[in-house]
Amino acid sequence: MGIGMIALIVLLVIAAGLLLVILYVIGTYNVFVGLRNQVDNAWSQIDVQLKRRHDLIPNLVETAKGYMQHERGTFEAVTNARAQAMGAKTVADAAKAEGALGDALSKFMLVVENYPDLKANQNFLALQEELSSTENKIAFARQAYNDQAMFFNNRIQMFPSNIVAGIFSFTKRDFFEVSAAAEREAPKVSF
Amino acid sequence: MWELIRINKRNSVLLLLMMAVCLLGLGAVIGMAIRGPDGGVLGLMIATGIWVVLTLISFSSGDQILLAASNATAVTHDVHPQLFNVVEEMSIAAGLPMPKVYIINDPAPNAFATGRNPKSASVAVTAGLLGRLNRDELQGVVGHEMSHILHRDILFVTLAGIMLGSVALLSQVFLRGTMYGGGSRRRFSSGEGKGGGGAAIILLIIAIVVAILAPIMTQLLYFALSRRREYLADAGSARLTRYPEGLASALEKIANDRAPQLASANKVTAPMFIVNPFKKAGQWNLSDLTSTHPPISERIRILRNMSQGASLKDYSDAFVNVTKSRTVMPASALTKEDIALRQASAEAKNEQKEKQLRQVGDIMRKVNGFVFLTCACGVTLKIPPNYAAATVECPRCHTVHNVNKA
Repeated sequence: MGIGMIALIVLLVIAAGLLLVILYVIGTYNVFVGLRNQVDNAWSQIDVQLKRRHDLIPNLVETAKGYMQHERGTFEAVTNARAQAMGAKTVADAAKAEGALGDALSKFMLVVENYPDLKANQNFLALQEELSSTENKIAFARQAYNDQAMFFNNRIQMFPSNIVAGIFSFTKRDFFEVSAAAEREAPKVSF
Repeated sequence: MWELIRINKRNSVLLLLMMAVCLLGLGAVIGMAIRGPDGGVLGLMIATGIWVVLTLISFSSGDQILLAASNATAVTHDVHPQLFNVVEEMSIAAGLPMPKVYIINDPAPNAFATGRNPKSASVAVTAGLLGRLNRDELQGVVGHEMSHILHRDILFVTLAGIMLGSVALLSQVFLRGTMYGGGSRRRFSSGEGKGGGGAAIILLIIAIVVAILAPIMTQLLYFALSRRREYLADAGSARLTRYPEGLASALEKIANDRAPQLASANKVTAPMFIVNPFKKAGQWNLSDLTSTHPPISERIRILRNMSQGASLKDYSDAFVNVTKSRTVMPASALTKEDIALRQASAEAKNEQKEKQLRQVGDIMRKVNGFVFLTCACGVTLKIPPNYAAATVECPRCHTVHNVNKA
């Protein structure tokens, strides 16, 4: 009877231990899935805002054209940069093109300073607010993505959750680094 | 940041438990004082009942009641594009869903956030705030409110406020009851016999003391944590905006404001606002156990002391520098993060002429459905929603405009 009881107890302890491990793995797996979705969501938010910027530009140019007949070069620079940004295929290309678009926009806004009539136009002011807000949103979306990615990466690297991450092959995410210094300046367009 | 949220949740539960003990203890003592020793259970049940009912109400529609009581109107993007955009920016930065946006019809500059969880949150700002702050400052204030949502402070404040209300209600009812109904009960207890009289009076005295102390106790608990949360929300705002100067300068403008105090605030809702809505001239520096907010000058100095970066650790260092006391941050939340500060946006750099009070009126007109028309001669016509005619003539150049109300 003694040996039977001991064997039973040992079995029970092992079973309980296994159960705990399984529960931990399930829990951690679910945490990782949730975190990954958050990171993806933050990433898609950047895309949403970039697309919004592309949508705003034609309206802005259209409104400004009536006031700024002698600035064709500036308009063309913005329009071309927008076309390039929209046509970019790879992430690296997109980052570069978006940077160039930001530059073109800030030059455009500098030129606007010379046209007081345009700056008094209610419609233009509204578009300007939308554009500057969109620039901010792009910056904040990047910021949020990097925050989420860092948290996700930390969990992947830390013990013991790194074991679970290894089993289900959750991989680290790259940070969204702003490549050119010029692009970093983009949100500070003078409005 | 996530560590901070976790610790905050745990603190909230602890505090609510302590407040619940105050409430239930009060109920039990009152029950015993009225019905003798076996009345304790009854008192306990009544106290629990009041609490459950109030909590259910606050869960289902607490934010709606609060917003209605504050005279807040829900607004869309068209009414105030800048406010709407700034809230959206901060919600993106915090990784939260877009909250509902409200404007409070009041000239006093203030703001608060409410709701059960981030999905059902609302941010409300006063028209006075919108009229005075530039974009960076507004962003700082909205960032502060967004941090309250992110740190799950909004649910805590609602629940703790309800608990405070229950305790206050119970003790008020009991104290008034003993004052007016004391005579009848004494007759009843003297009928029972002489033995119980002395014990009953002692119980009654204990109950009165507890009834007076319990609301004060709960209030102190409540205020202690709400002060801490203000610091944490300031830190969160600096982290979200990367620009502590925005909030600092907003707080400065609010502190120096001469408008009358917020009309719709009361003791329970006071901790929700970004600055204490009860102000009297020269009282901003008052810091004691009963204030819901840290002194505003100190908050400004801490924010301005953040020269190294915008992370929570930088705020904590600045806090230690300025107050010469222990940090308010939980140590485990202070992981090293390298977060650079950003520059002021152009609007703030060459700050245009102070926004006029007239703008405050315009904001409220838009909220209330006025139509704004800009005439070619530069005059802005503000047409009230009950204007019946289809056209309006400009008083300066006599151009006739069509009034098309959408």
